[in-house]
Amino acid sequence: MGDFTSRAPAALNDPTLRANFRRAMDGLMSKRAAQFADKDAWESLRAQGAAAKARVVARLPELLEQLEANLTQNGIVVHWAETTAQANAIVLDILQKAGAKTVIKGKSMVSEEMELNHHLEAHGIRAVESDLGEYIIQLAGEAPSHIVMPCIHKNKAEIASLFEKNIAGLGYTEDVDALTAAARAALRGQFASADAGISGVNFAVAETGTLVLVENEGNGRLSTTLPPLHIAVMGIEKLAEKLDDLPALLSLLPRSATGQAITTYVNMISRPRQPGEKDGPKAVHVVLLDSGRSRVYADAQLQDTLRCIRCGACMNHCPVYSRVGGHTYKFVYPGPIGKILTPQLEGLDCAGDQPHASTLCNACVEVCPVKIPIADILVRLRAESVNSTGSGAVKGAGSMRKRLESLVWKGWAAMYGVPMLYRLGSWGLTRLGNWLPDSLPMLKRWTSVRTRPRFAAKTLHELARDKGYDHE
Amino acid sequence: MSETARANILARLRAAPRQMVPDRPDWTPPTYGEGRLARFRAMLEAVHGEIHEVTTEDWAERISVLLADRGATRVMVPPGMTLPDGLVAVPYDQPVEELKAVLVQGVEAGITWAKAAIADTGTLVLWPDADEPRLLSLLPPIHVVLLRLGSLVDNLAQVMAEQTWAAGMPTNALLISGPSKTADIEQTLAYGVHGPKELIVLVLTDA
Repeated sequence: MGDFTSRAPAALNDPTLRANFRRAMDGLMSKRAAQFADKDAWESLRAQGAAAKARVVARLPELLEQLEANLTQNGIVVHWAETTAQANAIVLDILQKAGAKTVIKGKSMVSEEMELNHHLEAHGIRAVESDLGEYIIQLAGEAPSHIVMPCIHKNKAEIASLFEKNIAGLGYTEDVDALTAAARAALRGQFASADAGISGVNFAVAETGTLVLVENEGNGRLSTTLPPLHIAVMGIEKLAEKLDDLPALLSLLPRSATGQAITTYVNMISRPRQPGEKDGPKAVHVVLLDSGRSRVYADAQLQDTLRCIRCGACMNHCPVYSRVGGHTYKFVYPGPIGKILTPQLEGLDCAGDQPHASTLCNACVEVCPVKIPIADILVRLRAESVNSTGSGAVKGAGSMRKRLESLVWKGWAAMYGVPMLYRLGSWGLTRLGNWLPDSLPMLKRWTSVRTRPRFAAKTLHELARDKGYDHE
Repeated sequence: MSETARANILARLRAAPRQMVPDRPDWTPPTYGEGRLARFRAMLEAVHGEIHEVTTEDWAERISVLLADRGATRVMVPPGMTLPDGLVAVPYDQPVEELKAVLVQGVEAGITWAKAAIADTGTLVLWPDADEPRLLSLLPPIHVVLLRLGSLVDNLAQVMAEQTWAAGMPTNALLISGPSKTADIEQTLAYGVHGPKELIVLVLTDA
């Protein structure tokens, strides 16, 4: 456990993990770049996407009520949960009332946030992941390391061994078609016999009460069509105001995420099975999960975090994420979006190190399809993490404050505020600074991995005077 | 529980400072004019779809040739659709509960009509209904789609506007662009992971 800094070395020193991420991130970045080669088209599409999500944030409570009314009118049952524990209880209750024993799941990060599978299994309900990547990590007993490609940290050989061990009759093969066919065969039976399907939601359209899900495999469609009961779990921010917003959002999401013009399937669900229809679930439920999001919403700057459409482009382009991988972040949402979302959902007291695990290089901001000012929010959260008299917007504010550090900054401020102190300080550092030992508490973390810059022999003012500049 | 949660969540959201509601900026989705069918073909083929131009007279014969090439004989069809000799038409005429075994294992192909298609992304638009249920385009390993050329449009925004989707969405609306695929193992593309391994589009050029 520990903090990000203590977890990072293990990942950095794992050559297989490094290679797996490097290959994947390079591929994803170049595919995305090919999709947005026309910069003008990208900027105008992105402006459309950013406005669509900014409109949702600006009118969130009204749109949630509109969504609820339209879903209900369409025959979809709406539930609200303030916490993940409530959401788990709601899902379990729906399943138990339906007598469900097995559940087939489409990919859903909110269900990861809820740790829904554990909760269901503790109550005797078996949940099987059906997205190939999720299926692989479920077999391995791991958590996703990327929000779009959950098993990106694993290579073919690792997956081949895992399948050999877990799928009866399948020997060791690294042939991707054979591995995929084996998973298809293993999961077909699960789909046919499952009592319920559980999915996430990419966009819930308030105007029509429509749940929009994007995917490539068809498992999302199967999970939401074949079993007699469908439960969708979603964060309260995953809305679109109108159908008219979908063309831009559906163009931005897959192109940013995987460099595809569109996903193989866009599945729009507005009703349970109607009389006369021959398939589809007879009951559809939606669970709207808050779990800290309304707190994020309470701050005018931080609420832009809620625009996120979970494309993962920020992590694909992040120099930190691409070197340490998703598991180093420990929480469900890794990478730049995780670094701003997790501390807000969980509190700075348990995730306050996350905003610091960034170089502020701005790559994430440049690729974000909905223009979330990630770097500004990172800086804001860093300030909140050391400022105990902060705005109170974020739980655990001030928890990273260290006495020595704040003393150093007070000294720094004094030095720059009083000319005599500045002259004294700079004179002292030029004469004595190079003698300071590398092992000093404030220096050690820097000097242990970097060459220390040397102080000049004279201060800038002295050098200027030597050159004949008399005035300050 | 849910009622209290609802009230609490909405109360917190209403108490928050509000940003201005931004306007939707102008945005013109791409159009293709005379190059519409060429664009559709190029985009669909780029995602491993197969496309053939046929007529209202000969589409059934073409299907029988295409499926014979693949050794497929049992074909799930909308009730009432007849197929040439050599193919066994299995109508989707009962609820899925009665047909599950056939759908999951017992047919090699499924045939549906498309409601429209989108040139921009090589996308088929399906609104499954009582005659052409949702699983017909999903469970059989080969999905054959009949598309009237007249229903091919430039982009998604256009099809939504022309068909006034906002006035009433169906139980399920689908956009399909290519066969089922995954890149979860080392970003290597594999087809037919849960849905069809092949997508064959027949464009009826006289319709």
